[in-house]
Amino acid sequence: MQVTSRHFKDGAHEALQDKDIQTAFSKVKTGFSVARAARVEELPEFDDLRDTAVDIKNHVIENLDYYLEYFEDQVLLQGGKVHWCNTYAEARDAVLEICREADAKTVTKGKSMITEEMALNDFLSEQGIEPIETDLGEYIIQLAHEYPSHIIAPALHKTKDQVTELFHVKHQKYGLTERQTDPQALVNEARNVLREKYVAADVGITGANFLIAETGSTVIVTNEGNGDLTQSLPDTHIAVASIEKIVPTLEDASTMMRLLARSATGQEMSVYTTFSTGPRRKDDIDGPAKFHVILLDSGRSELIGTDKQDLLRCLKCGACMNHCPVYQAVGGHSYGWVYPGPIGAALNPQMVGLEEARHLPNASTFCGRCEEVCPVRIPLPKIMRHWREKSFETQVTPKPERWGIGLWAFFAKRPALYRMITRCGAMALRIAAGKKGRINSLPMMGGWTSVRDLPAPQGKTFMDQWKQQKRGNS
Amino acid sequence: MSETPEPKTVALFVTCLVDINRPSVAFAAIKLLEQAGCTIVVPDTQTCCGQPAYNSGDKKSTKAIASAVIEAFKGFEYVVAPSGSCAGMISKHYPELFADDPTMLVAAEELASRTHELVSFLSDVLNFQPAATALDASLTYHDSCSSLREMKVKDQPRALLASVDGLEIREAEDREACCGFGGTFCIKYSEISGSMVDKKVDNIAATKADILAAGDLGCLMNIAGRLQRRNEDIKVLHVAEVLAGMTDGPGLGEGKR
Amino acid sequence: MSARDKILGRIRHNLGRGPLDEEAATLVRDRIAGHKRNLVPARTSISHGRQVNLLQDKLEALAATVVRVPSLKEVPGEVRDYLSNHNLPSQIKMSPSPSMDDIPWGDVPMLEIARGAAVITDEVSITPAFAAIAETGTLCMASGLDTPSTLNFLPENHIVVLKTSDIQGSFEDVWDRLRQKFGEAEMPRTVNFISGPSRTADIEQQLIMGAHGPRRLHIVIVEDEQKA
Repeated sequence: MQVTSRHFKDGAHEALQDKDIQTAFSKVKTGFSVARAARVEELPEFDDLRDTAVDIKNHVIENLDYYLEYFEDQVLLQGGKVHWCNTYAEARDAVLEICREADAKTVTKGKSMITEEMALNDFLSEQGIEPIETDLGEYIIQLAHEYPSHIIAPALHKTKDQVTELFHVKHQKYGLTERQTDPQALVNEARNVLREKYVAADVGITGANFLIAETGSTVIVTNEGNGDLTQSLPDTHIAVASIEKIVPTLEDASTMMRLLARSATGQEMSVYTTFSTGPRRKDDIDGPAKFHVILLDSGRSELIGTDKQDLLRCLKCGACMNHCPVYQAVGGHSYGWVYPGPIGAALNPQMVGLEEARHLPNASTFCGRCEEVCPVRIPLPKIMRHWREKSFETQVTPKPERWGIGLWAFFAKRPALYRMITRCGAMALRIAAGKKGRINSLPMMGGWTSVRDLPAPQGKTFMDQWKQQKRGNS
Repeated sequence: MSETPEPKTVALFVTCLVDINRPSVAFAAIKLLEQAGCTIVVPDTQTCCGQPAYNSGDKKSTKAIASAVIEAFKGFEYVVAPSGSCAGMISKHYPELFADDPTMLVAAEELASRTHELVSFLSDVLNFQPAATALDASLTYHDSCSSLREMKVKDQPRALLASVDGLEIREAEDREACCGFGGTFCIKYSEISGSMVDKKVDNIAATKADILAAGDLGCLMNIAGRLQRRNEDIKVLHVAEVLAGMTDGPGLGEGKR
Repeated sequence: MSARDKILGRIRHNLGRGPLDEEAATLVRDRIAGHKRNLVPARTSISHGRQVNLLQDKLEALAATVVRVPSLKEVPGEVRDYLSNHNLPSQIKMSPSPSMDDIPWGDVPMLEIARGAAVITDEVSITPAFAAIAETGTLCMASGLDTPSTLNFLPENHIVVLKTSDIQGSFEDVWDRLRQKFGEAEMPRTVNFISGPSRTADIEQQLIMGAHGPRRLHIVIVEDEQKA
C-alpha cells in the first residue's frame, strides 16, 4: 500500500468537495456513535471497566517480554507454531513459507489491519498465490484495488451504486450477469461467490483482536462469520498479530470484550467472537490441522519507554475516528495509510515517519472527543501534541510557521512591547472594519477570511481601558 | 442574609482575545464577580497563557510565557478567566508542561489549583446567582471543547442563564461538536475548519434563536465570522455579557446598529 | 541472534531492565494462574429464572428466534415446525454429540438426519450449546469430536438446543465451566461466542442479515431443571 500521508491537504480538499464522501462519513456520527452512547448509558460499570482495562494493558506492557514467552509456550503445548518477526518483510516471508508448505493456490483472509500494514495481499499475488478477502467491506475494496477508509467498516467510502457496478463487472466471470441494486441481493451475491472460495482455500489467514497468554489462544471478532469460515475450513490457519495484543487471562479477555464491541459499533457483543487454540485435536472432525501464530513487532517495541507508549493499549475499535469531526470532514483516505482518524494521527508518524505524516497530528483542534470515548483512555491529543513538539524541534515544521510563533512569543514575553503591538493592532483593525464592525478580507489573513469574516475589535484594548480607569480613580 | 462575608480577591486573567478584540467580556466578568462580592485585581504584566506556542509544539516559548504567568499571578487567592481554553491551559497543562522541572512543577500545580473558568467559578465555588436581569429573547448555547471536556462546564451556564427573566434557551443539535476554531488550526487547515464551522452554523441557524452565547471568545469569533459570511441574522455574545445584562451594545462582528 | 531474541531484547531494553527475576516472574505467573475475576456487571447477578428470561429477550432483540419447551420430548416437533415454517426440506445435519441422542427423533420419522461436520450443501444444522450467557444474549459453543464447529457457520439455518441448566449469568461463569470440563489453561480447539445470526452493515451502513454465517439462528430452550 503506497503511503500518501504527505498529501493529506490535497486529499482533504478532494474529500470536502465530494458529496458522496461527505454523506458516507457523516454516517459514523448517526450510526456507530449514537449506538455507542446508548450502550454506555445501559452499562453503569462502563467507566470502571475502562479503568480496569487500562490497568490490564499497562501491566502487560510492563511485562510484555514475559507474556510473549508464556504465550508462545502455551501455543507450542497445544501443537501450534509461533513465528517471531521484527519487520513486515520477515512476516511476509513467514506467511509465504507456510503457504508454500501447504502448496497453497488460494488463501482466504479475515479482516486484519496488520496484514494491511504488511501489504500482504500484493505480496502473495506477486508470488502466485491468490488472496481472497472475505469480510464484505474488505472484499469490496479488494475488488476496487483500494485500501480501507475505516478500520471496522473498510468500505465506508463506497456508495451502494459503486458496489453495484463493481459486482456487476467483477462477478461476470462467475456467470453472474444481473446488475443487483438491492443491498440484500448484493450481500447474497457476495455470500454465494465466497462460499466456494472458503471451501477451496488451502490456507486461512486472520488477524487477532487478542492473544490470551493463559491458554495460548487467539481471538477474532466479526459480525459476518467470515473469520470463522476462514480459519476453520482450510487445512492451515495463520493468525497474524502485533505483539501488544497480549491479554493475560480469560477473565481479562472478557473485561476487554465488554468494551470492544460497545466502543466500536455500539453492540454489546459482535455476533461472533471466537477463541482458537492450537490445531484440531486428535478426534476433531473439522478444523485446521496446522495452526501458526505470527508475532509481529514492526515498530511496536520502539514505543515502549516513550511518551507514546500508551498507544500500545489500543484495541483498534475505531471509536476515536467515529467521533472525530476532522475525520468526518475529510474521510479515511486523506490520512494516507492504514490507520485514519485520531489513532492514525497519533500512530502513523511513528510507523511511516514524521516527515511523511507531518500533517496528521496537526490537523486537529484537540477537541478531546477521541480521548473521551477511547475505551483504554489513550491520551490522543497529548500524543499528537508531542509529535508537534518533535516536529518543531527537528524543524520538520516549516520555517514560516516556526518564525511566526517565535515572533509572537517574543512579544508575549515582553508586556510593554505587547501592549504597544496590541494597541496598534486593535486600532488598525477597528479602522479597517469601519462602521460595519467586521472585516471580510485581510492581507496575510487569508486562512481566516477565505472562510469567514473577522469580527472587528471594539477599539481600545482592555488593558488600556483598565489602566485609564485606575488612573481616573486614584 | 445580612452577613457580609470576607471579600474574595480574584485576579482576572483577561485572555489575549478578550483584551484585543472584545474588552466588554472582561468588564462583564468583573461586574459579575463584584456582584458576587469579589475584589478584582488585574495583574498588569499578563499577556497570554501560551496556548498558541504550546499547540504549535514550541515548548520552550510556552515555558517562558507560562513562567511569566505563574509569576504575575502569585499570591492571589483565585485566578479567574472568562475562557475555558485559557483556564484549561493554566490549570491542566501548566503542570504537564513542567513535569520534568520539579521546582517549576510545584509552582505550576499551585497556580493550577487556584485557577478557574468564570462561569463554573461563579456557580461551583461562589454559589452565585446573578442580580436579576431581563432579556426577552431566545438563546442557544455553544459548548466549547475546553470548557466542556477540560473544565467540565456544561450545566452551570445553563443554570445561570435560566435565571435571566424572559430568556428562552434553545438547544442546538450536536451542540457539543467542535466549531473548528482550534487556534491556529482554523488558519492552517482553513478548508476543514470551514466545513466544521458550517455544520455548527447549520445547527445554530436551525434553532432560529436570537442570540448565540458561549464561554470562549475564540469559538465565538469563529462562529460569528461564519454566521456573518453566510448572512445569518443572530447576535453573538459571550455568556458573561448575557449574565451581566450587558447585551445592548453590538454583538461580535456587528457595526453600530 | 534470532528475531525472537531481538524482539525480547528491544522490549527489555526499552523497559530498562533484563529478563524478569524469579520473584517478579512468580508474581506474573501467579496472576495468570489465579485468573482472578475483574469487575463483573451487576446485571448478571439476578436469579436464574430471570437470567433465562434476560437471555431470551436479548437473543430475540438480536434477531434470533427463541422457543421454550418443557423437556427434550418437544424438541423434534419444534424442529419439524421450524423446517415447515421456512419451507425447508426435511433434512438436518446434526452434531454427533450424545446429548442429541437423548432427544426422541423417532417421533418425527420424516426427518432425514445426518451426523457429522457441515458441508456446503447443508441447509440446516442442529447443535447443542456448551453454555449461554444472559449478560449479552450470547451462546457459547465448544468444539470437539462430538461438536464440530463448522455446524455453527456453514449452513444458512442454525438450530441450537439449549438447556436452561446451561444458561449462565456472565462470561466469567462460562470460563469457570470451561475450566471445569477441559482443565486449567486447557481449551478446546474452538470456543465460539454467538450473539445472533450473521449480519453486515458494509453497504451504506444498512443492516443486512446473512452475510457469511447462518442467516437464521433458532434457539430451542429446554427447561431441564427441577421446578422448586
